[in-house]
Amino acid sequence: MSRAEILEKLNGIFCEVFDDAALHVTEETSAADIEDWDSMEQINILMACEKVFSIRFQLEEASMLACVGDIVTLVEKKLPRLK
Amino acid sequence: MKELEYPFDAEAIMLKKKQLKRRLLADERIERIKKKIAVLGGQTTHDIILAMELFLLDHGIEPEFYESGFDQYYQDAMFPNEQLEAFGPDVIYFCTTNRNIKDIPTLRKSREEIEGMLENEFSRYRQMWERVAGVYRCPVIQNNFELPLYRLLGNRDAYDVHGFTHYVNQLNAMFAEYAGTHENIYLCDLQYLSADHGIRNWSDPFYWHMYKYAVALPAIPFLAHNVANIIKSIFGKNKKGFVLDLDNTLWGGVVGEDGPENLKIGCEEPIGQAYSEFQRYLKAHVDLGIVLAVNSKNDLETALSGIRHPDNVLKEEDFSVIKANWDSKDKNFRAIAEEIGVLPESLIFVDDNPAERMMVTEQIQGVRAPEINDITRGAGTIDRSGFFEVTNVSDDDLKRSEMYRSNAERTRQQARFEDYGEYLKSLEMKAEINAFEPRHFARIAQLTNKSNQFNLTTRRYTQFEIEKLANSPDYLTLCGRLEDKFGENGIVSLMIGKTEKDVCHVELWLMSCRVLKRDVECAMLDQFVKKCRERNISRILGYYYPTTKNKMVEKLYSDMGFTKIFENEKNETVWELDLRKGYSEKNRYVKVEDEK
Repeated sequence: MSRAEILEKLNGIFCEVFDDAALHVTEETSAADIEDWDSMEQINILMACEKVFSIRFQLEEASMLACVGDIVTLVEKKLPRLK
Repeated sequence: MKELEYPFDAEAIMLKKKQLKRRLLADERIERIKKKIAVLGGQTTHDIILAMELFLLDHGIEPEFYESGFDQYYQDAMFPNEQLEAFGPDVIYFCTTNRNIKDIPTLRKSREEIEGMLENEFSRYRQMWERVAGVYRCPVIQNNFELPLYRLLGNRDAYDVHGFTHYVNQLNAMFAEYAGTHENIYLCDLQYLSADHGIRNWSDPFYWHMYKYAVALPAIPFLAHNVANIIKSIFGKNKKGFVLDLDNTLWGGVVGEDGPENLKIGCEEPIGQAYSEFQRYLKAHVDLGIVLAVNSKNDLETALSGIRHPDNVLKEEDFSVIKANWDSKDKNFRAIAEEIGVLPESLIFVDDNPAERMMVTEQIQGVRAPEINDITRGAGTIDRSGFFEVTNVSDDDLKRSEMYRSNAERTRQQARFEDYGEYLKSLEMKAEINAFEPRHFARIAQLTNKSNQFNLTTRRYTQFEIEKLANSPDYLTLCGRLEDKFGENGIVSLMIGKTEKDVCHVELWLMSCRVLKRDVECAMLDQFVKKCRERNISRILGYYYPTTKNKMVEKLYSDMGFTKIFENEKNETVWELDLRKGYSEKNRYVKVEDEK
């Protein structure tokens, strides 16, 4: 899955979590850009990512995500690679 | 709302909770009552509250929340708190977890130390419950504890006093004892919920370390759903009955086509057994006062021929209304509700046919029709939906409904009498007061362990101990059973005396509060004195050990003509009745049957 594809799926998650169908996130989007994005919502986003991408985050990984791009990178790293 | 009905997609609820809330608030067909709910947590409660809000809105309750600071449940409960007092909660929910247990047993601790720890831990909670009951005067919901995630001692963890599993089980038993004997406190059974969900998922440590959630985020809807069920039950929003389809719902097959003799019901084959179990589950609700009705597309005679199949657990008389005709099911559904005298939305529709379910739920606002496509799982779905969450019973007796009915009769009777004595006379009470008999040992032990109020010494006995002293020549035992014109009351009073030469020490005297002020205590003492005299006892010594619960019998011995001869610094008192000075019988209204 490419970064763009991951980002697209992430955008869907953000739309659900913040109940805003018009929301459009980029890799640069961070908590500062979305009013309701606080630590409490972050854990909901992570849970949704685990489900959507069928992956499990580790505590350390989950603790150092600053922007959407960080999540994309992490998901990309965790997804099984096609050989 | 479909998304919130059990079995729900918990992760989807967490993900879409903003959208769900928006849609619920926009639904103007739901009339809502406003309630203030204080959530005092020993963990993060942010998403627990958001999920509770959804389920409550769906139940017709618009909640306003007070949320304690993180892990501030004890402080908020125990100390004056202007904010909470101004809030004025309608319900207080203690959202705690085994992560909040202060002191954990280790192998280095002695049994006595661990018992002391248990008592300390429990009393922290008891103090909170007692204080909030006094200050806020509202119902309290308390989580019990989920079983631990790790078992240091493996299986032994469950039965060794040093095991944390054992410890948690003990605490849960103490919580249960308290909640079972006090009004206005309800346990949220975390132990069951987490087990049902799977402890390893429920207690996933990721969520604790990440955000101090002791309940994993994907499990939160199950907790919130459960608490919301307790709350809606407290505020009278339980469902009241079942409207049941017949063919392929209560039995396998179609009675009109297969004939009653070919229905699949009963123990002959697996599918018949599954239907029997489902019928048994439904029938058990009758004792809770839940109404059953039939809504079937059949000729009445055909339907009845199926209902009269001898292997049915549910019998014709179990149904308050039977509608079997060819009208649409929603029309019959409304007619049933009207005949019973309840709103249609307070009845649950049980039908194997999804089209019929859709018809009824779309035509009648608020009706719930659980998705039952496989009868072997039907009871599980209904059960976990919590339609009839039971919060308002305190007597665990199986004959409860019957006893309450006769209690109501007695109350009406009492209202007709000006003179209390006349009322007691009219009850036509008959008592059997005999020494402990083997067939009652279990019940006697149970009573010594649960009676707290009319109980002079609050001594607890095991069944084994009861058996031993019943067979000992040094003990005098009395077990009183009471019957009146409204019915059997069962065993209502116990006395145990230990004899030493010419003295008898009353080690136990207890009575059920159900029969208070009915002269039963007088009849017991009269009989006790009689038995003492047969043994040439000249003095009876009574003991009163005060507890937080037995104040009502503080003056019993003095009222009965005993003389106080001793009192220690703990206000424990010893009372003497000297039989040589004579004794006049005290019972006036209970007829004591001759011994067998």
